[in-house]
Amino acid sequence: MGISEVLWQYLVKWLTNSALFPREASTIAPYMDALYFFLIGITIVGLLLVLLLIVGFSLRYRKALHPVAEQIEGSTLLEATWTIIPLGIFLVTFVWGALLYFRIYTPPVNSMNIYIVGKQWMWKAEHPGGQHEINELHVPVGRPIQLTMISQDVFHSYSLPEFRVKREVIPGRYTTVWFQATTPGTYHLFCTQYCGTDHSKMVGEVTAMLPEDYKKWTELSTSGMSLAQNGERIFASMGCNACHTGNASNRAPSLAGLYGSKVQMANGSIQLADGAYIRDVILNPSQHVPAGYAPIMPTYKGQISEDGLIALVEYLKQLNTNYRIQQTQTTSVSDQAAPTTPGMVKP
Amino acid sequence: MSASSTTILNLPDQTTAAVPKRNYISAEHGLLSWLLTGDHKRIAMLYLISITFFFFIGGAFAGLIRLELLTPQPDLVASDTYNKFFTMHGVIMVFLFLVPSVPATLGNFLIPIMLGARDLAFPKINLLSWYLYLAGGTLTLAALVLGGVDTGWTFTTPLSTHYLNTHVVTTASAIFVAGFSSIFTGLNFIVTIHRMRCPGMTWFRMPLFVWSHYAASILMVLGTPVLAISLTLVGLERLIGIGVFDPNKGGDPLLFQHLFWFYSHPAVYIMILPGMGVISEVVSTFSRKRVFGYTAVAFSSVAIALFGFFVWEHHMFIMGVSNYSALVFSLLTMLVAVPSAIKIFNWAFTLQKGSITFETPMLYAFGFMGLFTIGGLTGVFLAALGMDIQLTETYFIVAHFHFVMVGGMLMAFLSGVHFWWPKMTGRMYPESLSKLAAVVTFIGFNLTFMPQFIVGYLGMPRRYHAYPPEYQVLNVLSTAGATVLGVGYMLPILYLAWSLKYGAIAGNNPWQATGLEWQIQSPPLTENFTEIPVMDHEAYDYEWLEHKTQNEVTTVG
Amino acid sequence: MDNSIATTEPLMPRETAVHEEHEHVFIPQHRHHFETEEQQREAGSFGMWLFLLTEIMFFGGLFFAYLLYRNWYYDAFVPASNQLSVPLGGANTAILITSGFFMALGVWAAEVRKRALLVLFLILTTVFGLAFLGIKYVEYHEKWEKHHIPGASFDISEFVNPPKDAAGKPTQHALPPDVAEKTQIFFFLYFAMTGMHALHMIIGIGLLVWLIARAQRGDFSSGYVAPIENFGLYWHFVDIVWLFLFPLLYLINRHPLQ
Repeated sequence: MGISEVLWQYLVKWLTNSALFPREASTIAPYMDALYFFLIGITIVGLLLVLLLIVGFSLRYRKALHPVAEQIEGSTLLEATWTIIPLGIFLVTFVWGALLYFRIYTPPVNSMNIYIVGKQWMWKAEHPGGQHEINELHVPVGRPIQLTMISQDVFHSYSLPEFRVKREVIPGRYTTVWFQATTPGTYHLFCTQYCGTDHSKMVGEVTAMLPEDYKKWTELSTSGMSLAQNGERIFASMGCNACHTGNASNRAPSLAGLYGSKVQMANGSIQLADGAYIRDVILNPSQHVPAGYAPIMPTYKGQISEDGLIALVEYLKQLNTNYRIQQTQTTSVSDQAAPTTPGMVKP
Repeated sequence: MSASSTTILNLPDQTTAAVPKRNYISAEHGLLSWLLTGDHKRIAMLYLISITFFFFIGGAFAGLIRLELLTPQPDLVASDTYNKFFTMHGVIMVFLFLVPSVPATLGNFLIPIMLGARDLAFPKINLLSWYLYLAGGTLTLAALVLGGVDTGWTFTTPLSTHYLNTHVVTTASAIFVAGFSSIFTGLNFIVTIHRMRCPGMTWFRMPLFVWSHYAASILMVLGTPVLAISLTLVGLERLIGIGVFDPNKGGDPLLFQHLFWFYSHPAVYIMILPGMGVISEVVSTFSRKRVFGYTAVAFSSVAIALFGFFVWEHHMFIMGVSNYSALVFSLLTMLVAVPSAIKIFNWAFTLQKGSITFETPMLYAFGFMGLFTIGGLTGVFLAALGMDIQLTETYFIVAHFHFVMVGGMLMAFLSGVHFWWPKMTGRMYPESLSKLAAVVTFIGFNLTFMPQFIVGYLGMPRRYHAYPPEYQVLNVLSTAGATVLGVGYMLPILYLAWSLKYGAIAGNNPWQATGLEWQIQSPPLTENFTEIPVMDHEAYDYEWLEHKTQNEVTTVG
Repeated sequence: MDNSIATTEPLMPRETAVHEEHEHVFIPQHRHHFETEEQQREAGSFGMWLFLLTEIMFFGGLFFAYLLYRNWYYDAFVPASNQLSVPLGGANTAILITSGFFMALGVWAAEVRKRALLVLFLILTTVFGLAFLGIKYVEYHEKWEKHHIPGASFDISEFVNPPKDAAGKPTQHALPPDVAEKTQIFFFLYFAMTGMHALHMIIGIGLLVWLIARAQRGDFSSGYVAPIENFGLYWHFVDIVWLFLFPLLYLINRHPLQ
């Protein structure tokens, strides 16, 4: 860090205990705080410099001591000095800040993904294992956690000050942020983008737990299907399996192994099939026609909620074969199968 | 009273002095002569009264906000009401106070005189500006009386377009109309500065006050129309449902953010640049010295205006914009900070080898320099991408912009009002009382807003009605400061009003300042000059002034 | 020397006044805060150019939105744009250019002090401006009938199930519903941009009426041409905006030979 570890920890502990400084609860927090202290240092130095000049000159050249002013035009050297030095300091700040930003907004590949859906005025957290939380988030320490977030209505913002992360949660597309908790405990969750009447009530608690405690928690909180299982259910009930059969027909492409791959589009471009892509294909299919296929996929806008879309993304994430889809095909063509009219069931 | 070793104030002999009989105030009588005037000085005074009125309404809302935030619970008013408080506070303070404050009062009054002209280029449009301002203000009051609006002054979509039932369109229309007031003022200034300088008044002989207003006017003229179209689109989206910002119809709410901040970032430079112009004049006068690095300060003003147009995305760093675009805007924001730093140092070095006195305008100017330094440097915190993640949308931002706007701009406004009060009214304000008010304001300000930096880093979000109990101590400090600040702002109203009748007669040039406005009577004639002057010396030429004073024959009127 | 300078200056009496300290002969419309008439004229012209700059910024926001959405939803913009009538739009373009031509002639007539011609040209400018608005009304009305005005009544069925011609072939490519929905964005831009333009034309026509009345009185045929010149600038600007709007809105991917 530049200054000794012991000194740093003492400083942070003193500040945190005096309720003037937030706890450092994530791996990125010390980096954020280091930049913060650097900037405070610059501010203090800059302020002292300016004060020194003002107070110093005012006293030394006050009228009683210096009744006649000397007319001075300026000094190119001084102008250059106080242009270049501040510019240099600001550029250093720019680089440091940029590095930190890219770090916070580039999740590591092995992150555990949790979905956050924000709506007026509460936070829904959906773990891949199917655990659902409202205004709470349980995470294990020591693992990178990626939050994939979307809003059902207006702009919100997911803020975890003690982890030093925050990201806007907007309608229409996913935003992501990641963190790795270091210390077990409970921490603040705030919505920081004004979103209407109960904006200040859209708060909650993040609980970081030791890995074994987190495992116990997931077992206790699992009361239903995992996200992927729910996604599979929606896939069948919305009739997706009618076209995406996985057979070598040319109505709709096979979705096994789609997630994470690069798809050749009919218009020649290549798109990465990530979560945002999958969500948008379901809502605006004609914008993402793959090469060799016709734009016949209907839109499901208004028929699947954001939670449902998340479940479908999770489902496709782990879809490696079309075996189970073809199983549902067989079942659904039998007389005893329930009709699968799109729009009948809203997950 | 003549100059002493602690003041440069030089008033005429009070036993024989009188306000000149013929001046712009006494020239015509009756309400209509004021309401239909083309005289830039009368329009300036009309603006002064109106913006003071709106300042106190906006300030009242601030008081209510701080009152609610004394306790962590949302116990004073309902949440919807609280949301209306901070929205109205923001809308009124930004659009009805800060944007017009220095340009429409001091700028209107002084720019023609400083340039040696008889009036602005378009006096009727100047009057129209004031009426547009009043119309905007009336619409805002209407929105208030009808029940208020709670979008926040930033009108974020889709909240403002689809999720609120309050008087959004009324308020948006109010700001639209007030925006045109601003555009016409800026247009007037630009044409006046280009075309109506008196003989000998080259660009680099103009006072720096004029340069600042020129830069601010460019921003007003080019930026405000984009605000107008943004608000129009919000209105259309609300009234008709066109879908421009609605993701369900294929629109993009982030488009609104780009359009809105394209104006609203330059807006902050519209607010601060005229204040910086005031500081140049005041620091020069009370140091008896030409501003250090005149050319650098002049070009810095224009540089701030230019760069100011290219940084708007820094209000959107966490909104899911491309990381690479964020890089570009962060870099540009660092660049725009540099000219402001240049100015601070130039003003500080104006003090060197000067002859300094500490009258009230100078006290406010010192306050400006210190507080603007803090405010500006905390802006650098926010320009640093990674830092912004922690700080954005918290009370750190609130503290930052109040430092630059209130600690900076408002102090500059008060500095200018005090500095030019004798010129505009012919009367001096009471010095001891004004010094007291300046100190009280300074103390109150720091107590109000310093704690907000801390509570912001702790994580307290802005626009919050309730907050976790551990933030209470800092909030109580802040509210206590706000009370002191309120007292500090009430005092000038009282003693300035008092001075209109009982203040000392000021004479032409109580501060012994350079500048064409100080060479004419106080208050000035309607036509400003009996003869159009010829400018044969540089700006801030104290040697010329001394020479002139020694050879002067006092004339009447 | 004239010391009795009045404070707020009304127009001076109709006879030309001569000030001893200048050699200039002042026109009756001279404003006393200007030192010379030339300064007044230059200030007025400069002011109008600045105002037009603000108008560019105002329209600029809409052009930016157009850029964005055309890029995103090109497939919807093409059929939506093809709904507009090129003959009508083209006619309007020709009408507006003609109107601008007459305005330019009007400025000339004012400069050479021909009162009757000036009035004639201003009237022609107005007539062609009104013709433009008339055609615009026809176009808007057609959109109203077809439910192509954005908002609650917007109907995409024509894009999803295009009408068939005599031979039973669809007259245009059928769009999937999710693409067809985006045509509403095109139409919002169409109405917002042409509507804003039409509003500026209406204001311009109002000003023209006033100018015609004053021109008839002879205000502009004795050397004082600034209002005509400055209005001319405004009118030409409105014309130029249309010259951008027409291709951007009407001519997306038109293939005349298909």
